[in-house]
Amino acid sequence: MKKWKELVPGAVVLEAGSSEKFKTGSWRSFKPRWIEENCIQCLFCWLYCPDMAVKVVEGKMTGFDYDYCKGCGVCARECPGKKGQKAIVMEPEGK
Amino acid sequence: MGKIAAVTGNEAVANALRQANPDVCSLYPITPQTDIVQRFASYVSNGQVDTELINAESEHSSMSAAIGASAAGGRVVTATSSQGLALMWEMLHIASATNLPIIMPLVNRALSAPLNIHGDHSDGMGARDTGWIQLWSENAQEAYDNTVQAFRIGEHKDLRLPVMVCMDGFIISHSIERIEYLEDKQVKDFIGEFVNVNPLLDLEHPKSYGPLILTDLYMEFKRLQHEIMGRVKKVVLDVAEDFYKLSGRRYGLFESYRLEDAEIGMVVLNSAAGTSKDVVDAFRDKGIRAGLLKPRLFRPFPYTEIADALKHLKAVCVMDRADSYGGYGPMFMEISSALYQVTGNGSGVAKPKLINKIYGLGGRDYMPEQAEQVFTELDAIAKGAPVKLVKDYIGVRE
Repeated sequence: MKKWKELVPGAVVLEAGSSEKFKTGSWRSFKPRWIEENCIQCLFCWLYCPDMAVKVVEGKMTGFDYDYCKGCGVCARECPGKKGQKAIVMEPEGK
Repeated sequence: MGKIAAVTGNEAVANALRQANPDVCSLYPITPQTDIVQRFASYVSNGQVDTELINAESEHSSMSAAIGASAAGGRVVTATSSQGLALMWEMLHIASATNLPIIMPLVNRALSAPLNIHGDHSDGMGARDTGWIQLWSENAQEAYDNTVQAFRIGEHKDLRLPVMVCMDGFIISHSIERIEYLEDKQVKDFIGEFVNVNPLLDLEHPKSYGPLILTDLYMEFKRLQHEIMGRVKKVVLDVAEDFYKLSGRRYGLFESYRLEDAEIGMVVLNSAAGTSKDVVDAFRDKGIRAGLLKPRLFRPFPYTEIADALKHLKAVCVMDRADSYGGYGPMFMEISSALYQVTGNGSGVAKPKLINKIYGLGGRDYMPEQAEQVFTELDAIAKGAPVKLVKDYIGVRE
């Protein structure tokens, strides 16, 4: 941890993209679970995620980055699923 | 020497802002400050400055705009009074803790209720814990000189702190006095080009202002803020020395008036100090050794220097043009804290004896008779009379 003499006055963050270093996943009390067979790859979850917790590789949803997922549940709410079956469900953390 | 003119305090300060040619001025009018930003708006319209003027919809927005402009990278000014300063309150803390050197004349005015537009210090004293540097001014000349110096102080590389320059509403802001202006070029050279530190608009080096800092680092940032405040006194004195060379007018952390050989003394801010100095002279003529101390730098407060200047006195009255309801007056709290460290803490008998008078609230005239009443009481205390009431109101109908 930094000591006060090592800090930038005014708490100015002098590097871009530093939020990547600040892992917020520990705030979570509910965890999204991806059910691949119900996923239609609409990427609504990626679009609506307020952080960067939906991992998309070559245009496809591949799962969650739990280091940044705070468990807000927006992805599960927006997920249209397949034939009424959600591809993302929220479960209590530690279940 | 610059031009000698007969102007109001507001006009003098507006001219100091013009001479500083800030990049941005955010504003919202409020009596008795309005005259400053109104004049400044004319300078913008007339092309006398290169300033971007932002007409905000409130003082909260005005200070927010000043913060944004300052973080973006630029010399920024605004001005306010009373309720306007109160509405800025949360943003004042953000300006100082983000190290943004915004310069703001504060034309001191009473706070509501009851609604009152006249001068007292309840606005400025209410902002004493916001982390701003506060310079207080007795008259138009001092308000002008303090405003010019404020740019050098606040923008100093070791500080980067916002500065409030206080003067009494109406008594100074609207009264016409003789003042000596510096030439525009002298002020320009004195305060220098604005030097940016971490400007947001430096697009080659992206950065963020206003991060969330929780239990793990907040206290370290506050410790750093405390450290930076500790550097202010030296910068204020260095700038005052340079200003003396330029103008011939000498400033310090405070002004001592006939204090060195005094037995009784008064501590008083701003315009009331002028009236009180006349009464000091009158008491000296009567053979009573009276003196006066007028603080200039109130935040950070120069505790040891002021205590050293007062410790030989037998009795001191601290005058407060603001009350802390249920507490002593705000200046009294500082003076008694300062003296306790020098004469009280383990040194034996605490001296001098201290009394506190609340005066001049809501622009109530402060007359020589009130100063005479104070010095008469101090003279009696110095000769052995007991202190009956530590804090009392004067100039009020009983």
